[in-house]
Amino acid sequence: MNKRLLFILPVALLIGIAVLFAVGLKHDPSIVPSVLLDKPAPSFDLAPLSNDKPGLATADLNGEVSLVNVFASWCGPCRVEHPLFMRLAEEGEVPVYGINYKDKAADAKRWLRDLGDPYTRIGVDRDGRVAIEWGVYGVPETFVIDREGTIRFKHVGPLSPEVLEETILPLVRNLQQ
Amino acid sequence: MRTLLAALLLAFSLGPAFAVEPEEMLDDPALEARAREISKELRCLVCQNQSIDDSNAGLARDLRVLVRERLTAGDSNEDALRYIVDRYGDFVLLRPPVSPRTYALWFGPSLLFVIAGLGLVVFFRRRQAAPAETPPPLTGEERARLETLMDEDRKP
Repeated sequence: MNKRLLFILPVALLIGIAVLFAVGLKHDPSIVPSVLLDKPAPSFDLAPLSNDKPGLATADLNGEVSLVNVFASWCGPCRVEHPLFMRLAEEGEVPVYGINYKDKAADAKRWLRDLGDPYTRIGVDRDGRVAIEWGVYGVPETFVIDREGTIRFKHVGPLSPEVLEETILPLVRNLQQ
Repeated sequence: MRTLLAALLLAFSLGPAFAVEPEEMLDDPALEARAREISKELRCLVCQNQSIDDSNAGLARDLRVLVRERLTAGDSNEDALRYIVDRYGDFVLLRPPVSPRTYALWFGPSLLFVIAGLGLVVFFRRRQAAPAETPPPLTGEERARLETLMDEDRKP
């Protein structure tokens, strides 16, 4: 019995490690878990991009469930996810606030004119300092903020219809109740 | 050949290239040295296996500048590091902190080493404890068989 255990143990250990590695390989190391989840949104106050639309500050995140999207006109993946935000804006289920990251005002304005502007508010983060407060490391990033102004979810990279339908919108509806 | 060797020698004699640009640097050399020290500890999240000191990414530059601002504002090295960890998490540290979550990482290898060492010790002890049994002497029949086998070999 003891002898058999001696043979089984290494095999079991090997299988255990193999499973661990298999899981580890699937894990995408470029997605860094945010430490800001379930913490209040950082304090910031960003100037508007243009005169006809307000800027974005911490206080604006209170009172209503919202999405905050960090975007830039120079960012390719932002273009990919943009139609999803246009759709969200059309449906009006949840307001989308934009943080325009390290962009030239003229470029950003042209980008929004060409592709449509889904944002209720846009704050201009010219030097990227506010994005650091949000723990942003790759645009686009999208945050779900609850009524109390707490960060409840963060998505790094372009939004996919799957993430939107299966994760973000259910969470938004849940928070809105 | 000689030129190639010289070129190789030259290439390897160059130190690591830092991404820190002159205009980022602080005038106070002591403060700048501390900033460099901190920067080496911080991972560039865009190109993950480089420190922000080595990386040319925009975010790395922003973080370098931020570290220098914190130091100029009177932060200690720990304060400046903490400021960034609070926003980007432990992952931003190239050297993971020792905490219950990272015990396996820090102590796992030594533990495996100790277990393997113990296994070896037990293995050899056991072998020593059980002295090799002297086999029973050959029977007459076996001896005869051995003789014939040996004879066969002796034949040319």
